[in-house]
Amino acid sequence: MSQTTKTPPSAPAEASNRVTLGWSNRLLARPEVGALVAAIVIFVFFLIVAPAFRSPASFFTVLYQSSTIGIVAVAVGMLMIGGEFDLSAGVIVTTAGLVNAMFCYQLGINLIVGAVLSLVFCLAIGFLNGYLVVRTGIPSFLITLGTFFVLQGANLGVTKLVTGSVSTPNINQMDGYKTLDAIFASSFKVGSVTVEITVLWWFLFVALSAFILQRTRIGNWIYAVGGNADSARAVGVPVKAVKIGLFMSVSFLGWFVGMHTLYKFDTLQAGNGIGNEFLYIIAAVVGGTLLTGGYGNAIGVAIGAFIFGMTSLCIVYAGWDPNWFRAFLGVMLLLAVMVNLYVKKLSTARKVG
Amino acid sequence: MTDTLSEHADPELHSGEPLIEMKDVGKTYGAIRALKGINLTVRAGEVTCVLGDNGAGKSTLIKIMAGLHPHNEGTMKVDGKEVSFSSPRESLDHGIATVYQDLAVVSLMEVWRNFFLGSELTSGRGPFATLRIADMKRIADEELRKMGVVVKDINQPIGTLSGGQRQCVAIARAVYFGARVLILDEPTAALGVKQSGVVLKYTAAARDAGLGVVFITHNPHHAYLVGNHFVILKLGQAVLDKKRADVGLDELTRQMAGGDELTELSHELQK
Ligand SMILES: Nc1ncnc2c1ncn2[C@@H]1O[C@H](COP(=O)(O)OP(=O)(O)O)[C@@H](O)[C@H]1O
Ligand SMILES: [Mg+2]
Repeated sequence: MSQTTKTPPSAPAEASNRVTLGWSNRLLARPEVGALVAAIVIFVFFLIVAPAFRSPASFFTVLYQSSTIGIVAVAVGMLMIGGEFDLSAGVIVTTAGLVNAMFCYQLGINLIVGAVLSLVFCLAIGFLNGYLVVRTGIPSFLITLGTFFVLQGANLGVTKLVTGSVSTPNINQMDGYKTLDAIFASSFKVGSVTVEITVLWWFLFVALSAFILQRTRIGNWIYAVGGNADSARAVGVPVKAVKIGLFMSVSFLGWFVGMHTLYKFDTLQAGNGIGNEFLYIIAAVVGGTLLTGGYGNAIGVAIGAFIFGMTSLCIVYAGWDPNWFRAFLGVMLLLAVMVNLYVKKLSTARKVG
Repeated sequence: MTDTLSEHADPELHSGEPLIEMKDVGKTYGAIRALKGINLTVRAGEVTCVLGDNGAGKSTLIKIMAGLHPHNEGTMKVDGKEVSFSSPRESLDHGIATVYQDLAVVSLMEVWRNFFLGSELTSGRGPFATLRIADMKRIADEELRKMGVVVKDINQPIGTLSGGQRQCVAIARAVYFGARVLILDEPTAALGVKQSGVVLKYTAAARDAGLGVVFITHNPHHAYLVGNHFVILKLGQAVLDKKRADVGLDELTRQMAGGDELTELSHELQK
């Protein structure tokens, strides 16, 4: 080939203009740092003002509370990194449990069959959300707002039609109950503290999400799709498949928590879950996820969920009126949005030199 | 860069063979006609230059080859088979790599992730195969150095690079992944003199490695330095289509500048 064209002499062999960024700069460029600092501050604050919080047992109760939001938030965070929203994530949890409970109770079928059926149903809703978004180009905020209302209405309407009330019959005597209860809603003792199994599931899903986002090509594609979908498509990223997959992950983890709720309480209120979609989004944003997509990580979202779990319980431990909790969440959200904006600016600002 | 090109070039390429053949290709965006009756052949070992003013339809033409949107008139053959790409992935799988004018990179992602986006290196198969992060960082850094671009930190978000540097990453990426055809849409528009020179050298090296190159520009001087074949578009139609032997730089320049209209104008101005 052309021997005449050599490596341009202009290419310095050594990175003479390379700078090593100071640790503070590198730390601040990570999405979860703001959340971590906030979590530590809040943790210390409640250790001081809420004596009841100062025991391992309360700490694990906090972890349990965090996991019930944190599991779905794992997927919502990934979806938001991919540049989309899902407002149906709160009610689909209830839908999942209702489908399982009523289908099996009315027909006298093994609960495991109903759980699988419910999973298929939830994945189908996730697929539909994703398909409508990528097909129509309508913002996911609107599409899933629609799904949210449909599911909210159907949860109540169908439950009333089938059972004549707004709650499902107790299922704890049915076939398959023991197995599902062990998977989704059991707990075990370590010394004097009770560990709920959802805490372990939560850790597992966070680890899996962190692995996918940082170490696999699908993770790369999720960031790209959220950061700049057109550029991603131009270099061969299957943008539509990635987005549909993300919506289906949300409905999968929604189903998972739905199973937990059903087997923990054995009966479900059809009106549950409304409003939780915002808690997932808040956990993700407090954890450093950008609302506009393309930035965030799994650990940050987990810390966001932990902040939620900690404050919602510690306000009670401190003996305060629990109504303040929502006000607190709102303040956290506003602070987080501002910190995120600052961190994003910092991480994309031109480096020195 | 020559080694990158010859290592990655498809060994089955034979100089002069047609890689992409367009016949009477047309494209409309709704009611807007962007292209009409385009006949163009991209041959291995040749640089086909497409020139034209802003809005002439140059980008529309290459986006058809790149699979970004399909044509709606005429036929396009790749390696002798008629195709109509429905996604850029299909085009890439035929060994066609494109540097777009307007779709370059994902700003918030690291330089090396951008370099390998869509063509990541993994160990193992399946969706959960792990990324070979160390290899990708090393290769991206090496390939950028070959272009004379030394980024401060291969892990920095690509949005922190200058426009010219970003353009170079996009070009280095296409050179690395394009095995048969390399398409460059106004690659020198955002660059300084030195980096334009590097890009022109790359273009020549790709040609010498046997690739078919489509070079889009509105600068006839740049085109004439590397081109084997010249097509000038005006309002979506080809107004000139000549081999290098049949056309000189002055004719290209005159056609680009408005051709006869300019001669008329100069007469008027001299009065
Ligand atoms: N996505 C689009 N939708 C509608 N019109 C478009 C689109 N892309 C390009 N055009 C129109 O097609 C014509 C050719 O554009 P383009 O191919 O980008 O020109 P060039 O690259 O030569 O400057 C222009 O009139 C432009 O406005
Ligand atoms: Mg153009």
